[in-house]
Amino acid sequence: MATKKQVNPTRMELTKLKKKLATAVRGHKLLKDKRDELMRQFLDLVRENKALRERVEEGIAKANKDFVLARAGMEDEEINAAFMAPRQSVSLEGGIKNVMSVEVPVFEYKTRTADENDIYSYGYAFTSSDLDGAVASLSTVLQDMLRLAEVEKSCQLMAAEIEKTRRRVNALEHVMIPDTQESIKYIQMKLDENERSTQIRLMKVKDMLLEEAHHYKEKMLAHEQ
Amino acid sequence: MSKIAVLGDRDSIYGFATLGLDTFPVANAEEGERTLKELAATDYAVIYITESLQAEIYNEVLKYREMRLPAIIPIPGVYGNTGQGMRDVKKLVEQAVGSDIIFNND
Repeated sequence: MATKKQVNPTRMELTKLKKKLATAVRGHKLLKDKRDELMRQFLDLVRENKALRERVEEGIAKANKDFVLARAGMEDEEINAAFMAPRQSVSLEGGIKNVMSVEVPVFEYKTRTADENDIYSYGYAFTSSDLDGAVASLSTVLQDMLRLAEVEKSCQLMAAEIEKTRRRVNALEHVMIPDTQESIKYIQMKLDENERSTQIRLMKVKDMLLEEAHHYKEKMLAHEQ
Repeated sequence: MSKIAVLGDRDSIYGFATLGLDTFPVANAEEGERTLKELAATDYAVIYITESLQAEIYNEVLKYREMRLPAIIPIPGVYGNTGQGMRDVKKLVEQAVGSDIIFNND
């Protein structure tokens, strides 16, 4: 790490940093687990999303083709009149599911009437049979469309959450934890160094005191002569 | 109790009315953006939008991406499938995983 943060080399700071490191390591582990589990669920969901979307797009394309055919044989006014007052109505009961702290919607849909023939909102006298076919083909897609809405929204929310979690994991792993470790090492070395210098100073002082009390040097000189 | 809306040009969406979904035909992007805002503010939980309209008001659609509701889902219109819906799913994989591992660049 090129940029070393200035820290006070004190014991208090050291204790604080050690606590911080422990929290960071634990947080890193938890977030990593969260990311892995989210990823696993996301991949399952996104595969389903892809399959559903393929089905829905195919179904709608087919329905659109049928509608074009139906319109070719009918006047615009007749079509408008036929669709003017829909008999069926779909409503959603929205719930919430919690997937690893991501709140994803769960939809349950209800139709107003139970009769599935209520999707034909017109009398059959003035419409072509192609229109019936078109409406039928569209209605077969509806269930997949509703499931698609649920799955795709969940995928969107989870993708955003995974991205956030991944950033946090990386920040902890590559910045926060190494920085803290380095600071701890720095303080420990500084403290050791201080301790050694204190010890040397004490030894030196002791020497000097002894010298003053007993005058070893003078005695030694006297002895030699 | 929430509802389902379908948003787009009239030709692409009028069929959904008979299934019981609420259709909101719009003629241009400006109108589409305004309607989308109104729908999102009321109790529509799912808004299906034609791919062509979504492409025109993409920034507005993105605003609702990270909200729990509404779910804005692109569907192909009567003028054909632009593949935008699939590309969005692919982008999600890239956002989450970092690279595309589901579609294998097809």
